[in-house]
Amino acid sequence: MTTSLLTTDARTKKRNAAEARFKAYGLGAIIVAMLALVILLTSVLGNGLSSFQQTFISLNVELPEDKLDKSGVRDISVMSKVTTIGYAPILRNALLATLEEQGIETDLSNKEISNMISKEAAATVRNRVLGSPDLVGQTVQFDVLASGRIDGFFKGRVTMESAALDGNTSPEALEIAQALADAGIMQTKFNWNFFVWPDASDQRPEAAGIGVAILGSLYMMLIVLCLALPIGVASSIYLEEFAPKNRWTDVIEVNISNLAAVPSIVFGILGLAIFINFMEFNQSSPLVGGLVLTLMTLPTIIISTRAALKSVPPSIRDAALGVGASKMQSVFHHVLPLAAPGILTGTIIGLAQALGETAPLLLIGMVAFVREYPAAFTPESGLFGEASTALPVQVYNWTQRADPGFVERASGAIITLLVFLLIMNAVAIYLRRRFERRW
Amino acid sequence: MQSLTIPLLVILGLTITGYFLAKTRALQVAGGDIRKLVSLPKQHALNTVLATAIPPLAAIVLFSLYRRLAEAEGSWLFTLVVIALAVTGFALSLIGIKQESRARTFAERWIMGLLIFASTIAIMTTVGIVFSMLFETFNFFEQYDWRDFFFSANWSPNFRGNSDLGILPLLWGTLYISFIALLFAVPIGLFAAIYLSEYASSRMRSVAKPAIEILAGIPTIVYGLFALVTVGPFLRDYFASPMGLGQSASSVMTAGLVMGVMLIPFVSSLSDDIINAVPQAMRDGSFGLGATKSETIRQVVIPAALPGIVGAVLLAASRAIGETMIVVLGAGAAARLSLNPFEAMTTVTVKIVSQLTGDTDFASPETLVAFALGLTLFVITLGLNVFALFIVRKYREQYE
Repeated sequence: MTTSLLTTDARTKKRNAAEARFKAYGLGAIIVAMLALVILLTSVLGNGLSSFQQTFISLNVELPEDKLDKSGVRDISVMSKVTTIGYAPILRNALLATLEEQGIETDLSNKEISNMISKEAAATVRNRVLGSPDLVGQTVQFDVLASGRIDGFFKGRVTMESAALDGNTSPEALEIAQALADAGIMQTKFNWNFFVWPDASDQRPEAAGIGVAILGSLYMMLIVLCLALPIGVASSIYLEEFAPKNRWTDVIEVNISNLAAVPSIVFGILGLAIFINFMEFNQSSPLVGGLVLTLMTLPTIIISTRAALKSVPPSIRDAALGVGASKMQSVFHHVLPLAAPGILTGTIIGLAQALGETAPLLLIGMVAFVREYPAAFTPESGLFGEASTALPVQVYNWTQRADPGFVERASGAIITLLVFLLIMNAVAIYLRRRFERRW
Repeated sequence: MQSLTIPLLVILGLTITGYFLAKTRALQVAGGDIRKLVSLPKQHALNTVLATAIPPLAAIVLFSLYRRLAEAEGSWLFTLVVIALAVTGFALSLIGIKQESRARTFAERWIMGLLIFASTIAIMTTVGIVFSMLFETFNFFEQYDWRDFFFSANWSPNFRGNSDLGILPLLWGTLYISFIALLFAVPIGLFAAIYLSEYASSRMRSVAKPAIEILAGIPTIVYGLFALVTVGPFLRDYFASPMGLGQSASSVMTAGLVMGVMLIPFVSSLSDDIINAVPQAMRDGSFGLGATKSETIRQVVIPAALPGIVGAVLLAASRAIGETMIVVLGAGAAARLSLNPFEAMTTVTVKIVSQLTGDTDFASPETLVAFALGLTLFVITLGLNVFALFIVRKYREQYE
């Protein structure tokens, strides 16, 4: 029995259905991967964007002479004996006065009123007063930080229900905060300080910033750039242009491709054993971090540099040799400049990888709580020897804290990190598009 | 550090003066006529700079290493030797400037030395990794029986001594999490690669491929945070709790899923390369026999690409086993041997981090065990990598 070619038989139908199914699986896989990316980014942005905003209370603070400078001579050494504990009641009184002025009634205790203001605020006021002692005796306007819970209330993290169960705040305090916000005294605005301030202790997430972390990461990137780029380029030049094909260079090559796949934490162990225990460099210093990251980035840079060198056609080398250049001159004067865009692209991508690396830095002690901005050089600790932290490690550090305010901070630091990575990768792509030559 | 300042300043001073002196002297020996010189003055200058700087700097590095090993103090003798080396190089290279001297060749020999030195740093890194871990692992096995380490199913470190340090529960957690990650990443990555290389239009390819590769550029700490604040609570509230399987946000499933997402681009870009390397003639032959596209892919392309794909999966597995931040934040810290994927378990990498951060005492087995764990991890991942690279390379040659 013959059937028309125009009607599909059962078997063909089945095969076509299988074809459609197979194609749908492929499309589904891509959609799942894209969806994962979207969910990941939304989750980070959703949690972290609010960290760039911060709630401030604008207070007219009376700075009484009898409390802050009993001697009345404005001598800084005497005035600095008044600690932040001495400044806290002044701020509380200022807030109470503001409440009264606005006609906001409250039966909160003094302690609960104090809890609305960040513990960091007293230190801010104190530093300002010690910086210009003439302010004592006057009434000065300050924008002080609201406490983490009040800040969380305006960002939707703290609700009336959660406040009722919370020892650090209460629904009444939130109502007052709302009233102050309606009066324009409490404002949530863009917070530059997040990028400048150092880390803060467990109880004050509102004052925590990534200043030290950015500085530490910057130092390490400098070290990686200054070491990994020349060493990587030099060893690629040797391997690609000069090395004879023998067992020794084979060993080096296999070794480099394996090093690129060694788990990053193993480099942390290496750093701990060699740089800290054996060489006795300072723990948690950007120097050690930079060296470890250099060793990690080296294979990436070598692999991309070799690819860039390989893509320069041999005619360039032959032409240089033909007019009397030595082999070394042909490489340094002609091949290397032509390979430079490719090398640079690879280096930037390697740096971006190093910037986001966390695990090895945990092992060399960069999890330490650091509030001092590390100096690039000090006579005691040498070049890049002061304790520091780094952006990704700061994120890890904040995830280990109890206060939920730190999750927001961690996500904010991640967004900053991702923006840096985005910029670096964009530059790399631009360089590749703009300067890469096809021979 | 202080003792190095003077020699370094001397070296710097000599190289700078050497540069200018050599230039002048080269012109001088040629009587002002540059054509009489075999090498240009700047090449003489370069030779002098390198001859002055390299030997003393090498001596400084060697001596610092020696001092660490022998725990000797820095001495004036060392400073003297370094300065003498600098002066010798300086003087010899200056005296050696003659009309017919080949400064370019000499300078290039120095540079070649530097290049060779740079290329050995990768080797030294590997040697450093192996030796630092071997050394401490030996220390560990002197205090703790190796049979207990490899075959005990108990992990309960106790900083007052008498700890159980069995690696089995950690290995189990590592392999379980990696298995779930691969279970998620391999089908998705493979299908994505197949779709992109065989079905997708070039426009879709130019959008989807970079988008998937963004996943590869995201630092692992970001995935870790994602596991901790989003995936973990979600799995607990919607799967684990209702099914009565556990109350923990950090679990094998959390870490496995997030790690799977991280591995998708890894699997897909490697498989993409491999699928693209299968010759078009094989596809055309299959189409010519009347096979549909999916039949061609399943029965011709994939079998031809299989060794390469296996290599890619092995590389992904090695990446999963060595991954740290996702499991630190997503998998938990409890060492247990259990089959329930919604329970918190721990991995080798998590324990390396927890044993080596905070107060550490490098004499106690509780700290030293981290080095034994590190060495085990290194050996496993190295084995997987070597095997995978071997397969990939062998396969690549097949069609070239």
